Amino acid sequence: MDVVAAIEDDLFAYALMLGDSALVLSHRLSEWSGFGPTLEEDIALSNMALDLIGQARLCLDYAGKVEGRGRDEDALAYLRDDNDYRNLLICEQPRGDFAVTMVRQLFYAGFMQPCFASLMASRDSTLAAIAAKAEKEMAYHLRHAGEWVIRLGDGTAESHTRTQRALDEMAIYVAEFFTVSAVERRLADAGIAPDPLALRAPFENSITPILKEATLIVPSFAGGQYGGKNGRHGEHLSRLLGEMQVLHRAHPGATW
Amino acid sequence: MVRPVENDVAALVDLARARAVIDAVCDPEIPVLTLADLGVIRTIEQRADGKIEIAITPTYSGCPAMSAITVDLHAALATAGFDDVTITTVLHPAWTSDWMSAAGRAKLRAYGIAPPAMKASRRALFGDETPPACPQCNAEKTEKISEFGSTACKALWRCLSCREPFDAFKCI
Repeated sequence: MDVVAAIEDDLFAYALMLGDSALVLSHRLSEWSGFGPTLEEDIALSNMALDLIGQARLCLDYAGKVEGRGRDEDALAYLRDDNDYRNLLICEQPRGDFAVTMVRQLFYAGFMQPCFASLMASRDSTLAAIAAKAEKEMAYHLRHAGEWVIRLGDGTAESHTRTQRALDEMAIYVAEFFTVSAVERRLADAGIAPDPLALRAPFENSITPILKEATLIVPSFAGGQYGGKNGRHGEHLSRLLGEMQVLHRAHPGATW
Repeated sequence: MVRPVENDVAALVDLARARAVIDAVCDPEIPVLTLADLGVIRTIEQRADGKIEIAITPTYSGCPAMSAITVDLHAALATAGFDDVTITTVLHPAWTSDWMSAAGRAKLRAYGIAPPAMKASRRALFGDETPPACPQCNAEKTEKISEFGSTACKALWRCLSCREPFDAFKCI
């Protein structure tokens, strides 16, 4: 295999990682539509889902072009099985209560904001352009989630207890952010993607002051579940994809 | 190939006419703003064979108005006699609310939407966000109700003077 083809395989896999995480998390957020705790928050959750579906479309569209086998964003979203998905495990966890949803948003945006900021300097101009838009959106999501986590953590005894529980439940999926897959290693060496290890400090600098202000006990993020980047997922993803893909698979090419 | 001068002039006139048509198309979600006001039209070019090529940029990655904008541009140009048009989406450089024209900002305020309150480059993560002035009564004391409003590009605020809620364009 020549060098260019090898990089293209990695680029395809990496665009899938970015796109799949955004797509799966977007689906989880969309489950709140009509069920948000307040009307404003219902709208906010749907808006964030929309930002993420936009990022997913851009990434999957690019993945399809890099792959060059004629698969478009819809083919990649609707016609791949769970073990072909490359999303971070945190994205596929059930939406839980509002505390779980907000803690997950905090972790995801706290990681993706510096990830996209770094990607803006990528030697791959398409990834750099996608990142320039997405970075602003992630900074906005981070502020939204941060304000809620502070309010909930430093709120009532009930909201504090539930937010601490959410923090401990979601913390086991954070270590995966900083595991370095073979694809990420090669792309980092080629100046195309950030080294995930280098994103740990900006992540912790973003979220630790928020968790402290929220009077929450900051988890260690030392160990936990991983495998999503290599296609190893839990049952939750299978069920999520079942719901997301059923219409397209039953009626291929269906449009609104 | 050297083209006769009158053809060049005709082409320039044609391009100027197309540009006027394109710039006057309104945003489907905030119809008081034209696409030119919003700053989403990046380039307009005419090829030697007359084909018009337009590059547009989304305000947000998931902006649902992009397909409506494309349809509206094709319709407006077809009405003006331009049938051969291609519209492409460009992502770089990323749209920023700083690109909204002064005329656009004034129109937004008159429509009841507070324009972007500050330079997007002056990003504030917590606390020191500049509150937008109330578009109804111009009072400066306002408070945020929600980070997200009725469209991806707006947040929801409330005036502490006249007590009216209002949409404010996000600084991004």
